[in-house]
Amino acid sequence: MEVSFVSDTAEFEVRDLDFYYADVQALKHINFTVHRHGVTALIGPSGCGKTTLLRCFNRMHDLYPKNRYAGQILFQGNDILLKETDPIALRSRIGMVFQKPTPFPMTIFENVAYGLKLRGIRQRGELAEKVEQALRHAVLWDEVKDKLGTSAYELSGGQQQRLVIARALAVDPEVLLFDEPTSALDPISTAKIEELVAQMRKEITIIIVTHNMQQAARISDWTGFMMLGELVEFGKTDKIFTSPAEKLTEDYITGRFG
Amino acid sequence: MILETRRKFSGAIALSLSTLAALTGLFWLVFILGDVLYQGLSALSLDLVFQDPVPAGVAGGGLRNAFVGQMLITFTATLIGIPVGILGGTFLAEYAHGKMISRIISVLSDIMVSVPSIVIGTFIYAVLVRPAGHFNGWAGAVALAIIMIPVVLRTTENMLLLVPWTLREAAFALGAPYYKVITQVVYRGAATGILTGILLSIARVAGETAPLLFTSFNNSFFSSDMNGPMASLTVSIFQYAMGPYDNWHAQAWAASFLITFFILLLTIAGRLIIKWRYHS
Repeated sequence: MEVSFVSDTAEFEVRDLDFYYADVQALKHINFTVHRHGVTALIGPSGCGKTTLLRCFNRMHDLYPKNRYAGQILFQGNDILLKETDPIALRSRIGMVFQKPTPFPMTIFENVAYGLKLRGIRQRGELAEKVEQALRHAVLWDEVKDKLGTSAYELSGGQQQRLVIARALAVDPEVLLFDEPTSALDPISTAKIEELVAQMRKEITIIIVTHNMQQAARISDWTGFMMLGELVEFGKTDKIFTSPAEKLTEDYITGRFG
Repeated sequence: MILETRRKFSGAIALSLSTLAALTGLFWLVFILGDVLYQGLSALSLDLVFQDPVPAGVAGGGLRNAFVGQMLITFTATLIGIPVGILGGTFLAEYAHGKMISRIISVLSDIMVSVPSIVIGTFIYAVLVRPAGHFNGWAGAVALAIIMIPVVLRTTENMLLLVPWTLREAAFALGAPYYKVITQVVYRGAATGILTGILLSIARVAGETAPLLFTSFNNSFFSSDMNGPMASLTVSIFQYAMGPYDNWHAQAWAASFLITFFILLLTIAGRLIIKWRYHS
């Protein structure tokens, strides 16, 4: 493997990334750096490839045959797109939260404990402690502490989404990927998740795909604008939203299309 | 106006014809169930379950041998059929999903469901009874298992496919290997559906006679030896109902009542589970 120099603050370095669904190219020559302990937002019109890009970071595309990557994604200096990279080990360091809440058909406690058990933690005391910690971290503890043994499906949509975040947080991930985490939620639940993201960024690198430009402006430090599989512009969020370099970006954020 | 009258008229005809058809079906069903209930209940006694048959023409006796044989054969069939069915369904829904082989097996197993059970009986006769040289309980259990497998397999496949892919992705995203995703997350999501399939498949085979005639045959004596011929309720009912003695007929009625009742219970349990799972 070639030696690469990566600055201290880089979590991911995306270099010449192409991605294909069978014969259809969905990502074209993507180049950018995801900074450590910050929030990076990916915005763009539907079908622009932002979710596709997000799912490259934990090799989610590997689940389906015929998907193909080209180029590199360096994660702390190591190329995660290499065949030798074990996606299972990778995913235990990089968590993901989906558009719709995905609680497992288990109790609230078992949901949060699931990732811990996967990592071989069996001791009841340790499990209970870490589950509580994760639920507190996700600001859900006070709402569920008396019903940890009930089904996770009894929670509201917003609570379920925070439960899923707690489940991801329980295993101390280095990175969290969010795929439009609030698009199925009401404004109050959305605000809670956004607060949570603001808190988590101190310890975790966050990449978030969002449809909502105001959300990107509110919560992210860095923003990438994508269109038709290309990363049109990437930079500091305030720069992108106040004085974008590209005409396309300006047209999109001022609502001229998309 | 005329058009409207004609429409109303054809509507009335369609309604009365379909009602009549439904009532005809229902009439026979209620008739059969009522007859089994009436005749069966009047012949029911504890001796039926706790006594072995007595020599023909002698009063008294029961069908303990058939009850025990039926339970052993059905239980063994369940032990063979359910793991094969569940693992096969898992293969189709998870590992071979979308592949040609999955569709081929699904179609074949749908054909298997409608193969007359006597064909399966004769097949097992050829492969398990002839080589052994005598009728045996194992052969009966295998014949029933073969009838169960496609039912369990297809139910499992369909129930697993109902579990949303996002749930699997969420488990993968936590770093779970595929076998753990299936056994710990997907099976849980599909558990009640699969359980229903199992209950309905047991109900399906519990009433089978034809495959047992060729395999476990029958035995007038109590036997728990699966290597030899074994009595079963369905075959005993067949034999007793054909026999010349009144007390045989009475016992056949009582046994029919019990087996119908058992299958009814299983079916109701299966339906209740579906209702409880998907409507609450």
